[in-house]
Order: sequence, then C-alpha cells, then structure tokens
Amino acid sequence: MALDKAAVRKIARLARIRVAEEELDGLAVELSNILTFVEQLGEVDTAGVEPMTSVVAMTLPRRADAVTDGNTADKVLVNAPEGTGNFFAVPKVVE
Amino acid sequence: MTTHAPHLIRGESGDWEVVIGLEVHAQVTSQAKLFSGAATAFGAEPNTQVSLVDAAMPGMLPVINGHCIEQAIKTGLGLKAQINRRSVFDRKNYFYADLPAGYQISQYLQPIVGKGEIVLDLPDGRGRTIAITRLHLEMDAGKSLHDQHPSQTYIDLNRAGVALMEIVSEPDLRTAEEAGAYVRKLRSILRYLGTCDGNMEEGSLRCDCNVSVRHPGEKLGTRTETKNVNSVRFVMAAIEHEARRQIGVLESGGTIQQETRLFDPATGTTRPMRSKEHAHDYRYFPDPDLLPLELSEAEIERIRASLPELPDDKKKRFIEGYKLSAQDAGVLVAEQAAANFFEAVAAGRDAKLAANWVINELFGRLNAAGKPIDASPVAAERLGALVDLIQDGTISGRIAKDVFETMFETGRDPAAIVEEKGLRQVSDTGALDAAIAEVLAGNADKVAEFKSGKDKLFGFFVGQVMKKTGGKANPGLVNDMLRKKLSS
Repeated sequence: MALDKAAVRKIARLARIRVAEEELDGLAVELSNILTFVEQLGEVDTAGVEPMTSVVAMTLPRRADAVTDGNTADKVLVNAPEGTGNFFAVPKVVE
Repeated sequence: MTTHAPHLIRGESGDWEVVIGLEVHAQVTSQAKLFSGAATAFGAEPNTQVSLVDAAMPGMLPVINGHCIEQAIKTGLGLKAQINRRSVFDRKNYFYADLPAGYQISQYLQPIVGKGEIVLDLPDGRGRTIAITRLHLEMDAGKSLHDQHPSQTYIDLNRAGVALMEIVSEPDLRTAEEAGAYVRKLRSILRYLGTCDGNMEEGSLRCDCNVSVRHPGEKLGTRTETKNVNSVRFVMAAIEHEARRQIGVLESGGTIQQETRLFDPATGTTRPMRSKEHAHDYRYFPDPDLLPLELSEAEIERIRASLPELPDDKKKRFIEGYKLSAQDAGVLVAEQAAANFFEAVAAGRDAKLAANWVINELFGRLNAAGKPIDASPVAAERLGALVDLIQDGTISGRIAKDVFETMFETGRDPAAIVEEKGLRQVSDTGALDAAIAEVLAGNADKVAEFKSGKDKLFGFFVGQVMKKTGGKANPGLVNDMLRKKLSS
C-alpha cells in the first residue's frame, strides 16, 4: 500500500506532529515501505484462526469497587506548565 | 380531505416527518472510577479525585472496576437486551485539553450489550416500543471551565475516568414528546436498577440528539447531532428547534450539513459547534493495555436473578392487581419510592381511593412544595389511616382534604386531628333532623317553590344543612333525610 503526500499530511495533523512541507515526500516513501513490509503477513492463510489478543493465558483482571487513590492534587499537577488553585490552566479553548 | 397525522409538521412543501435517535450517556453508580481507584463523588475540590492513571502519567496501566461491568450487564438486562459474552475495549483518539491521554477508552465494534428495547408510556396510555441499538462502557473526560479567565481554560480531571454507559437508540422516535418520554423512561429504569442516579443537574445523564427530517415515505435526510443536552425539557426544545430549522433550510432551497451542534438553553436554539477539521477521524483500535472482556453465562444469570421488579412489570401488576387505570399506574410506577409509598397506603384498603389520594392530593402537594416523595411530611401509614377514616364513614372526603392539609403541615395522625378539631362526620339522625328542620323553617318560601316543581332547589337545601353542620354532616344521609322531609 502506498501513501501519498496528502495522506501523510493528514496523519501528521491527526497526531499533532508538525511536519514541514518539504519532509512530506520523503516520509511518504518511508511509511509506504513500512506498510509494504508489514503487508507480507497477508500471505499467511489465517482462515478459521481466532485473532490472538494476548500471548499469556489469562483473562481481564478486575478490581474491587473501592476508593484506594486520590487526594494527590500536588502530584497530579506537578508537571503542569501552568495551574491555578488546583486547576490546570491551558490556553483558552473556544467553544 | 386527508387528515393531518399528529406527529407530522406541516410545511410549505407539504408534511414533514422528524426522525430522531438518541445517545444517552449515563454515569455508572460506583464508588471508584472505571479504570482507577479514585473516587467518583460529585462536587469535590478540583483534581483531588484523580489517580495517576486518570492523569495519564507515563507507565500507568488501567485495571477495570468489576462492579462497573456488573452495572452495565444489569442495565442491559433491564433493557431486555442481548449481553455479549465477549466485548473489546478500544481507544478513541482525539486531542482535547480535558482528555489527558489523547484517547478515550471506549467500546466500538464489540460492545458489552447489543440490541434491546424500551417501551414508552405515552400520555394516552398507549405503549410504544423503541429499539435500543447497543450499550457500551467508556470513560468520561475531564471538565473544562471556559468562563473563569479571559485567556485561559481551567481543567479539572475529577470526572476523567468515571464510568459511563452510552446507550444508543435506533432512529425510531418521531416527535420531541416521544424523545422526552424516552429519556424519562430510561431514567426511571436506570434508577430502579440502581445503575445510574439519573441526576441530570449534576450531569449523571446527558443526551446527544440526532435529528433529520423527510417527507413521509422518502429516504432518511441528512442528520445533525446536538451534543450534551442535560434536561428532558431541553431535549424536547432542542429537537423541536432543530426540526423546524432544518425544514426552513430545505424549503428555502438549501441543504443540511451533517454537523455537530450545541443547544443554548437561554435562547432555546441550536448553533453549529466550531467546525473541527477531521474531528470524526477517531482511528479506533483495540486498547493493548486491556484484554477482551469475557463474561460467563453463570455471571449473567446471577445478575439476572438480582433484578428488581421493573416499571413495566410493576405497572402491569398495578393495573391487574389493584384495578388501576393505565395512566394512574404509569404515574405511580415512574419512581420506585412513589410506587412503594402507594402500596403501603393501599394495603388492605380501597386501592383506587388510595391511588387518588396519593396522586391527586399527596403528589400535588409535594410538587407545589418542591419535595421528593422520600421527604413527604405525611407518612404512608398516616395517609392510609386517613383513607380508613373516609372508608368507615368517620369523615367525608371533603373534610378529609382539610385534615390532609393539617397532616401535610404537621405530619400528625389524622384520627387525632379529627378528634381535636371535632371534625367527625355527623351521622346521628337526631342531630341532622334538627338541622334540617331549622333550614326548612328558615326558608319557607323556597320550600314552597320546591314543592311547586322547582327541583333544582334541592341542592340549595343540602348546601344549607352542610353549612349549618360545619361541613361535617354525612352527605348521603342528608340527601336521604331531606328527600323524605320534602316529599311529605
């Protein structure tokens, strides 16, 4: 599968990664090569084989409904570039 | 001439049919969040109910809350829905300041609950079945406060990670009233089940309204989605406005854009959300941090066995067992507490009389006072005692209303109020004889008129006797005795 320049621009935008216009062509070639490499897996006949969801034989572990965490606003906010009165403060989101 | 079907809206180009589907986000009643041990209680100080999992710190892993799974299964069973033995959690990717991980853990292609149904109770007593498409579990995002600072938005993550059930209906609804009835019924079922408190003011129940219009028989029109409407009244207003707006656009030659809109309660109108490019490209994929959710038949059956009697079954029992009208039964079962209250009042008594007193007097008075049924100043046993006093002839229905008023204000025992105020109905024929004699003697002219054929005056005499006895005379007895006296 080959990705064109427009597809790469869209993916970059969705991932919020800034990519300069002149880098797009090169990335399109690289990403297309990666996809083509992975597509070799399509040659294996998997008809009737259940998709594998885990390599370990276990089921989804469940937690009891109990409050065991919280009251750590200082830790939660420690990396925030800006905050006020226990809130995160971010540039205004208009809506 | 053809008749105009009531659910259609008449436009310049003919009748329009409105097609509505609802997505309701119901907050799961639980102590802790869906994937962390932080608390869910409403109204805490900002960012105090946030674990490092909810804040999406690197290396944190989600572990699912077993109770939330059970709540989703319970809700599915209450909606007579198929429970999927295997479901999968996916990442829904988008960037927003109140979504720390950059994705919401949700369910996409394989939800925990499949097709179900809800029966609407329409005002005329009819039921109408609306199909449920699915119910899935997902986590809530945080809360953005836009109005606290001129150039900043404040973020509180207390709500981030709280478990939600998204309940999606088929586009089976046709009017704003039906949509309102749907939300009310869903809320009632959730509250019976105890899986969501249904508190719309606190955001426990929020509704996205998908609306399109078409001429009857045509294929579906382009729909718009009005997001996060948070009361039944607003749901109805948003749909009504959106349908008329779309008809206006189409009839003036325009086309409807598929878009997300917001409802403004202040104006009762909807407006487009700032269009987000690629906003719908969520790139769902299975969350590699979570294994598929597998349920055993035994677990589903154990939960099924724990279901309470639900509103539809209770309504049926009230109609058949207590001989109530569909409408009265519907009013009584909407809230479980109200239904229990009624049953306590009706136990061993005339059920219709009990229903009248609960619905017309108690509910009316509670509504006026803005009190819920569990804060009723009149206990069920006491209202029952009042019904007893009416049934055994101690007081008339008319006097009972005064006694009830005193009960509502003081919470006291009706028998004590009747004794203290001397309200006991006068059924003593001697006392009534005297009162009747006085009335007839004092209105000799009217007696003559009556005897010469003016039958209508009978009511006047009854009224005078009631007045003379302070309203306490037994009305049936007064009627009989007066009739005898006047015909002699």
